[in-house]
Amino acid sequence: MASVSLRGIHKKFGPVSVLEKIDLDIEDGEFVVLVGPSGCGKSTLLRSIAGLETIDGGEIRIGDRLVNHAAPKDRDIAMVFQSYALYPHMDVRRNMAFSLNLRKSPAELIAERVSAASAKLGLGSLLERLPKQLSGGQRQRVAMGRAIVRNPKVFLFDEPLSNLDAKLRSTMRTEIKALHQSLKTTSIYVTHDQIEAMTMANRIVVMHDGIIQQVGPPLELYDRPANIFVAGFIGSPTMNFFDAVSQGKSARLGDGSALVLPTGAVVKEGREIVIGIRPEHLRFSGEGLPGRVVVVEPLGMSTQVTLDAAGERVTLMALERPSLAPGDAKSLTARPEDIHVFDRSTGLRLN
Amino acid sequence: MPGQSLFQRIAGQIGLYGAVACYVVFALLPIYWTIKISVTPQDLLYSEGIRLWPSRMTLANYASVLKASDFPRYFLNSIIVSVSTAFIVTVVASFAGYALSRFRFRGKALVSLVLLLTQTFPLVMVIPPIYRIMGQLGLTDNLYGLIIIYTAFNIAFATFLMQSFLDGVPKDLEEAAMIDGCTRLDALRRVILPLTLPGMGATVAFVFTAAWSELLFGLMLINSESQKTFSVGLLTFVGKFAVDWGQMMAASVLALIPVCLFFLFLQRYLVTGLTAGAVKG
Repeated sequence: MASVSLRGIHKKFGPVSVLEKIDLDIEDGEFVVLVGPSGCGKSTLLRSIAGLETIDGGEIRIGDRLVNHAAPKDRDIAMVFQSYALYPHMDVRRNMAFSLNLRKSPAELIAERVSAASAKLGLGSLLERLPKQLSGGQRQRVAMGRAIVRNPKVFLFDEPLSNLDAKLRSTMRTEIKALHQSLKTTSIYVTHDQIEAMTMANRIVVMHDGIIQQVGPPLELYDRPANIFVAGFIGSPTMNFFDAVSQGKSARLGDGSALVLPTGAVVKEGREIVIGIRPEHLRFSGEGLPGRVVVVEPLGMSTQVTLDAAGERVTLMALERPSLAPGDAKSLTARPEDIHVFDRSTGLRLN
Repeated sequence: MPGQSLFQRIAGQIGLYGAVACYVVFALLPIYWTIKISVTPQDLLYSEGIRLWPSRMTLANYASVLKASDFPRYFLNSIIVSVSTAFIVTVVASFAGYALSRFRFRGKALVSLVLLLTQTFPLVMVIPPIYRIMGQLGLTDNLYGLIIIYTAFNIAFATFLMQSFLDGVPKDLEEAAMIDGCTRLDALRRVILPLTLPGMGATVAFVFTAAWSELLFGLMLINSESQKTFSVGLLTFVGKFAVDWGQMMAASVLALIPVCLFFLFLQRYLVTGLTAGAVKG
């Protein structure tokens, strides 16, 4: 086990900058999730840590060791690929033992590690099978087994659950988290799925256009997103945004209605801002922002209501079961402390 | 197929098998005819007219080819040339194909283009310069010269063939191997190579057959009896006044045997689907 430290990493593909000045410290035993839309540089960053990509500048340290120029095999890491990347000509046992065999580990140690890992992952009865005889979830387990057997300093996961169906994905998500809790190996996990990020991470790193947008524990990112991008990316259904202009202690929306700003917001009079409200923080009330119901979607536990208000499509998540029909006129409001305020030109948080 | 009557289904099956049978007859008839003539006694060759099988059979043609001609020597020469060419070409093409498949390097597009261009010249056009060059190098009239020429002419196509097979092996596998403790060469040997065996088998088979049946360069570069390959040697059965059809056909049948054996041996490597289960899907 080891910490991972990234200092000023940058990389270009031709003229396109894919990583810009990445600084990140990952503590020993931490589970960090890199999340962002496709093309944001998260996979490139992971592959750079693995040594599969070269970086143009900066320092990568695993433990105390500078590994910028170390070959992937000398970095003492294990990686789980989106495609699983099992060796098709080897059975499960040989797949898992491959790295130890390369290191010429003693046969007893290999047998012991493989059986321990396969017991942990429920692969005991599949050891003689070839990858093509396994289901997607089983292949994924073998790929993790191959990583565990190594007992590496760091686990790297590159979108490992993307090829699984929704149900299996949530099961495996829980399994990986449980696995990390028992092994406590430092893990870096790349995904484009913010739910995976929220549920698994000790800390989330949100990336966009090769730049780190925000780093923090899941709920901190959810409650206090640093900018409009993070606010819109984290959370499902996504946050509602309204263009507004500050006016006294309120924000004046496009349709002339006003919402009271939170007390902590430092906003100059007449400044162009964007206010964000999460769907579960919007409530129906007698007065406030007038809206018209478009769609009502009962989910059982909650009801998702889509409305048109202030020229935007707005989503409201209600825990009670409102009796609504499309076309109904309703007013919306939110508590001031639940309102996020962002600068419209820089996108940065103002409260 | 659903929605078809019994009659349509039967008619469809008959049509399918009929077409396949026609093709098989078309492809195999020359070989059958070769065998037939090789076992026809000399005196019946012209006297019986066109018959599917002669009224008497003889193996005399085979006996005289094997005992009274230089054919065993030609045969051995052909094996030396074809096996060496197939081996060298496959090794070189595997590495070249790997480079084209995996690396980005300066001039890559140019290399591909030049390789492709070499395939567009008519062979007859390059024979005179090649003859001159080989003559000055002292490589005419010997088997090394033939091996060099055959290797040169087969490498371009074989490289493209290997490149496409290597493109089919996911890059993730190699990267997984490199993280697991392989150098790039280790990964190539332990993971990529076993998965490209069908491709290499196909390449070996292709090059071997091409070298085995090549006539033009053999004819131009070889003079002495001891260096002739079998395809050149076949022409010795063409005399000034007559063609010894029986012996020529017997020699041809004998020349078919190693190719057939070779393909039987390679068949198990030519099965595809070895990469199934490697990645998703």
